[in-house]
Amino acid sequence: MRIAVFVKYVPDAAGDRSFTDDNTVDRSVDGLLSELDEYAVEEALSIADDADDAEVIAVTVGPDDAVDAVRKALQMGADSGVHVVDDSLAASDALGTSKVLAATVRKIEEEEGPVDLVVTGMASTDGSMSVVPVQVAELLGRPAATFASEVSVDGQTVKIRRDGDTASQHIEVTLPALVSVTDQINEPRYPSFKGIMAAKKKPLEEYELADLGLSADVAGTAGATTEVLEVTARPPRSAGEIITDDGDGGTKLVEFLAGQKLV
Amino acid sequence: MSEVLVYADHANGKVAKSTFELLTLARRIGTPVAVVLNAGDSASQVAAALAEYGAETVLTADDSVYSDYLVAPAAELLASLVDSRSPAAVLLSSSFEGKEIAGRLSVKTDSGVITDAVDIDSDLVATQSVFAGGYTVRGKVTQGTPILTVKPNSVAPEASAAAGAVEAVSAEISDAAKTAKVVSTEDKPQTGRPNLTEAAIVVSGGRGTGGDFGPVETLADSLGAAVGASRAAVDAGWYPHANQVGQTGKTVSPQLYVAAGISGAIQHRAGMQTSKTIVAINKDDEAPIFELVDFGVVGDLFQVLPQATEAINSHK
Repeated sequence: MRIAVFVKYVPDAAGDRSFTDDNTVDRSVDGLLSELDEYAVEEALSIADDADDAEVIAVTVGPDDAVDAVRKALQMGADSGVHVVDDSLAASDALGTSKVLAATVRKIEEEEGPVDLVVTGMASTDGSMSVVPVQVAELLGRPAATFASEVSVDGQTVKIRRDGDTASQHIEVTLPALVSVTDQINEPRYPSFKGIMAAKKKPLEEYELADLGLSADVAGTAGATTEVLEVTARPPRSAGEIITDDGDGGTKLVEFLAGQKLV
Repeated sequence: MSEVLVYADHANGKVAKSTFELLTLARRIGTPVAVVLNAGDSASQVAAALAEYGAETVLTADDSVYSDYLVAPAAELLASLVDSRSPAAVLLSSSFEGKEIAGRLSVKTDSGVITDAVDIDSDLVATQSVFAGGYTVRGKVTQGTPILTVKPNSVAPEASAAAGAVEAVSAEISDAAKTAKVVSTEDKPQTGRPNLTEAAIVVSGGRGTGGDFGPVETLADSLGAAVGASRAAVDAGWYPHANQVGQTGKTVSPQLYVAAGISGAIQHRAGMQTSKTIVAINKDDEAPIFELVDFGVVGDLFQVLPQATEAINSHK
């Protein structure tokens, strides 16, 4: 069984996330593997652990630094990595990125053999659109079982549970397929020292768009289907009134709410 | 005026408030045309509600394929409607389902998609709140038919009566779309409280509750509010994940947000920072949540919340 897991390199949410002058996300700041993709890596690894003869390939699309996301996945236990890096990819939107990812899966199939399962996170922590997984599934013409909080693979059948607000659904798909997983599904492992050392020797393939049979205008600025017109920093909230409870904190709170006509 | 397709969410003959918000936005852009799947016997009731909020036309499609499989068949139907009616835009709600249909539709129609809009102008410029509410981004789709998903509670739904003419539509659904089978659905028990993302008031509890959400729920009920929880509280197993507010849970933007025993980590702020009024109760006077609040009480939530509940009940 061959599993591809998509990993995204994102600006650290705990750091200073901002935009550059051309209204794209400033990616010069410290970045890391998107937290929500750690669950995807973990799930891919545990599915592989339970299968006979399975391999996990971590795939990223992004600038030079983005390889760190693949490295983290390799340290966690993925067998090999693929990094698609190309100058014309800068400022790619969701659809462009999905086209590149779908072509990357096809390239892996050409080079290595069939990719039975693609595993992704539920969203990135920067763009947080949640559309890339289904776009890739649509482009590859394979079923997508999305927002899984439980996944089981039995032969050619993948079953997932998806927890919605009012109901839980059980979804079934047949391989080859794509699943996206939520942060409820598992507890991602930390790379062990051994894992970190071993990762350095694992194969890491680098592709440019031409290697994938794509032209430069499939993504990036040239392939953009959306345009950002304006970015403004939200003004900081003006400081509010803070009191210390002296036995009447609850009453004072309600007085404030009443003053705001909220009760 | 060109048409704007609005994908309607409905259940048991009731149309979701978020759909009325979409219709309100659609009216700015063009003529709203609602798309309703599997309303069955309640179609006329659903159509009447949609008409009240401005749907000129209500396109209904009844086929079990839309409920037997995840969104791919719905995306195919919408793609065929985009093809036959050339709408100015397609609007959907920012739910799992809405975003997935949007993603598939964007591939089928080779169109740009913008998710989680909090506003849309008449010229289809969408406003989004990004990076935990730290930035406001205005942008538009530049290729194909603009596909936009809108966060619930972003605009006030305004009624505006329209014809609501019902028209049955259908589409040839490919075998490829019938691959993610819904095997079973288990309804979750209803709490009787408002839906978290649509509620005007949200009261949330965090680590400071120590697992006892009693005072949080009682205060919420006195305010007619939804109950939320921080990730710490959900990870500890104290409250269901469906109620999690934050980066990996729900994003809420209510009139009033009450944070009880929540420190205000970036994970949580991402989900509530755009609330109109924020109040917090926390023992720690250095908790980052106090940087956001309009009113804060440094104190024990087990003292402050019950007192507040009592004051609200006597205020009524």
